[in-house]
Amino acid sequence: MTFHVQDWFPVILSVRVAFIVVFMVACTGLPLARFMARRDFYGKDVLEAFITMPLVLPPSVIGYGLLIMIGKNGFMGKYLSSIGISIIFTWWAVVMASTVVAFPLMYQAAKAAFISVDLNYEKAARTLGASELRIFFTITLPLAWPGIVAGLVLAFARALGEFGATLMVAGNIPGQTQTIPLAIYFAVESGDDLTARTLVAIITVFSFLVIWGVNRWSQKQQH
Amino acid sequence: MLQARFSKNLWNFKLDTGLELDNQILVLWGPSGAGKTTLLHCLAGLVSPSEGFISLNKRILYSSVDRINIPARHRSIAYLFQDYALFPHITVQENVYYGLKCQKRRDANSRLNSMQLLDSFGVKHLMHRYPRQLSGGEKQRVALARALAVKPQLLLLDEPFSALDKENKIILRQEIKMLHNQWKIPFLLVTHDEEDASFLGDVVVGIDQGAMREIKRAGA
Repeated sequence: MTFHVQDWFPVILSVRVAFIVVFMVACTGLPLARFMARRDFYGKDVLEAFITMPLVLPPSVIGYGLLIMIGKNGFMGKYLSSIGISIIFTWWAVVMASTVVAFPLMYQAAKAAFISVDLNYEKAARTLGASELRIFFTITLPLAWPGIVAGLVLAFARALGEFGATLMVAGNIPGQTQTIPLAIYFAVESGDDLTARTLVAIITVFSFLVIWGVNRWSQKQQH
Repeated sequence: MLQARFSKNLWNFKLDTGLELDNQILVLWGPSGAGKTTLLHCLAGLVSPSEGFISLNKRILYSSVDRINIPARHRSIAYLFQDYALFPHITVQENVYYGLKCQKRRDANSRLNSMQLLDSFGVKHLMHRYPRQLSGGEKQRVALARALAVKPQLLLLDEPFSALDKENKIILRQEIKMLHNQWKIPFLLVTHDEEDASFLGDVVVGIDQGAMREIKRAGA
């Protein structure tokens, strides 16, 4: 047995999914985190708990929830299939499962980072004539950046390692939805030690490089 | 000319303000927790009063009756924060330019002007440094340059000397008086220090628990 070209598929899929997930959680998590960091309203703690739920729920529960939503008979799934779209058991389902699971990590890190920005900087910018949008991009975001990057890295890592929810909504279809964690699990199960070992080595080295690179970068930022 | 007559309900007392100020230095003197910072925030547009009226050079900035509330960025009111609030991630030069970049109308001279501004505050040699590399006195000069760079019609100063040692305090007190002579706009300064109040104030108004009374008026 050897490691074939097509055996690289899980690696490429996993990395691609992880990058898309980072993009998705950044686009949705940043505005929400900024909003929740600065506003107070009735029922905020309930919403907060709801947003953080995927962090504590077993991945299989999240997978089940997604099945109810986008499954063939799910309320969104029914609508989508009526316009000819089916997400379930495609690699978009992989993206969806990983996004839901990774979102709270990004959200919490970004919220903490926004809260840590001294309000006086924003007030000073306001008296200097800056619009709220300009303040966000020139003051708040740069000052919160290290914390936000930490959240993005956590989300990336979580997306790379997603297993349970992905298996439930996307299945384990080699060449279509098989990510690294799934490939490792099923390789071990079928006794294909070479594939398992190779993939374990790849993901270990890759994860190490990402964490090491980010740590180096954030140390530089402090000087 | 600043005219302000407004009230603001705070959790433990009500702030009641009646101020009229030409191109003078008005010092608001009172203990901490007297509502001084809240008053400045209301004038600058950073918080809204409960009711009342604020106008600057005949432009209405706030009126609860007419439902007018001009946002802070359009009020032409400069604010010197107690801790100076210099943006820590950009250089001195970028801090001073920040307000100019926000202005839509960009006259060709503004760049030159802000260079002169840095120079006139004696901080030109610091322009490539970051705020954390500055001493207390330097920080204040940079913060003043930043606040005045946008040519405001009123300058608010919140406890400007509280972060300085005695020596610097005496120097900068003098400089603020000179600045006032140069700029010819009203300054409104709040402090808990009696010495600051008597040295700088053309008008001194005492404030305690949100209530105000005039203590001194120069030439009266």
